[in-house]
Amino acid sequence: MGASLQNLVAGMDPYFLQIIVNIGIAIILALGLNIITGLTGQLSLGHAAFMSIGAFVGALLTIKTGLPFSLNLILAGSITALVGAMIGYPILRLTGDYLAICTLGFAEIVKVVFLNLDITNKALGLSVPPAHSSIPMPIMVWICAILAIVAVTFLQNSRFGRALKAIRGDEIAAESMGINLARYKISSFALGTFFAGIGGALYAHFLGYINPSDFSFLKSVDILSMIVLGGLGSVPGAVIGASVLAAAPEFLRFMSQYRMLVYGALLVFLMVFRPNGLLGGVNFVDLVLRKLGKKPQLAVRNGKKGE
Amino acid sequence: MLKVENLTVNYGAIKALKNISCEVHQGEIVALIGANGAGKTTILNSISGILPIDSGKISFSGTDITKTPPHEIVKMGICQVPEGRRVFANMSVHENLEMGGYSVKDKAAVNAGIERAFTLFPRLKERSKQLAKTLSGGEQQMLAMGRALMSSPKLILLDEPSMGLAPMLVEKIFEIIVDINKSGTTIMLVEQNAHMALSIANRAYVLETGEVVLSGIAKDLAEDPEVRKAYLGE
Repeated sequence: MGASLQNLVAGMDPYFLQIIVNIGIAIILALGLNIITGLTGQLSLGHAAFMSIGAFVGALLTIKTGLPFSLNLILAGSITALVGAMIGYPILRLTGDYLAICTLGFAEIVKVVFLNLDITNKALGLSVPPAHSSIPMPIMVWICAILAIVAVTFLQNSRFGRALKAIRGDEIAAESMGINLARYKISSFALGTFFAGIGGALYAHFLGYINPSDFSFLKSVDILSMIVLGGLGSVPGAVIGASVLAAAPEFLRFMSQYRMLVYGALLVFLMVFRPNGLLGGVNFVDLVLRKLGKKPQLAVRNGKKGE
Repeated sequence: MLKVENLTVNYGAIKALKNISCEVHQGEIVALIGANGAGKTTILNSISGILPIDSGKISFSGTDITKTPPHEIVKMGICQVPEGRRVFANMSVHENLEMGGYSVKDKAAVNAGIERAFTLFPRLKERSKQLAKTLSGGEQQMLAMGRALMSSPKLILLDEPSMGLAPMLVEKIFEIIVDINKSGTTIMLVEQNAHMALSIANRAYVLETGEVVLSGIAKDLAEDPEVRKAYLGE
């Protein structure tokens, strides 16, 4: 099966393949940040730093050990989550702007550390050998992306997910309901950074080269834009936001030097006309069920139709 | 049932509470009255554990809860209805009630709790699927109270239930508070509307700039010339 998958991937246009993989990785990263910022309402500007931890851990595991790639991914994700929880413990007492600035500071520290460690090859960056896996990297990326979509969808509708939404809604009220704020906030941070770590490890192995400067503040803002564009707290929103923003710079390439200008203008227009994001406030499952006639239309609409 | 001894809380250099002591007995309605900034809400937040205290001791049914985290305090049977209602705006009425039962593991008990809330507040049943932010102030207050009752607390801390409500609704809300009390829940009530609070309470404490200046049977306090002058507008 591995060989036939290899052939499938080898037969695709490499440029097209690159875009597809970028989208898959963006979805994983956006879903992770969506847990922290979208669901729990904790603004993080350091998601790219967690991605870089996953990328370097994953790359080093492939270089130094013979671990199969699936295990490598889980380890990269777990170590990133551990760092996330350790960082989360002190800074999640903060809220809003203060939390955002702390995550920003943390991201800079991570970058500087990787730029100065011998093991990460300092500013030269690391060449990443091919992963120890028979499944080609693009397929691996999309397996992970689909698993992430399923996992986060389940999470959102679980008891745990409801507690996170309550924290986003009102921290004091959530606390009065008996929700352990510190525990849930740290768990949400650990889970979100777990996805960032996996995304980073996939990125490292697909590209074959990583440099600490790839994971800058701008990268974090990119990921944040994806979930804001799609609609905070919405899984389909995060998927669409990630797809659009990961592909947009490529589709706009024909405008050459004006493309980033158009990209920026698109973001501005969207925020003016859909401030809650493309799918913000839309309950996707409800919507689909209604369209299929499994659930009644909204009462208000029925009333209007009847008149 | 609840005993607060020598409670002191500082906000930076400002002393919000100075050596406050008060008590709530099983089955009572106890009112804390006083002007803005007297420290009424601070007392409730200290009891529910949301606010760290500087010194003093709080005990509940004989257990010291001074250092207990808020989510443990909810499990012990104290639930707060925070000031300004604080319903989950983007959740439906039904989901808000479900959140109220978050500390209750038994699904059947949660459903029974929701039914009980709907009997107590029929208006909430009509609006069950509506988002909480679309409710009127009075309905939100009902929801906040219904949500607090979901964990079947032994003691409810009510913070300014009359805030921003029309006089008729205030009376309705206070009638419901008496009903809740009659069904066996002890109530500690913070109010600026001293007249209403004293009319339903068994006992009351009058607070002024972080200190208890008067305390006693609510009926007596309502007759007290000082209280009438300062808080009842006479």
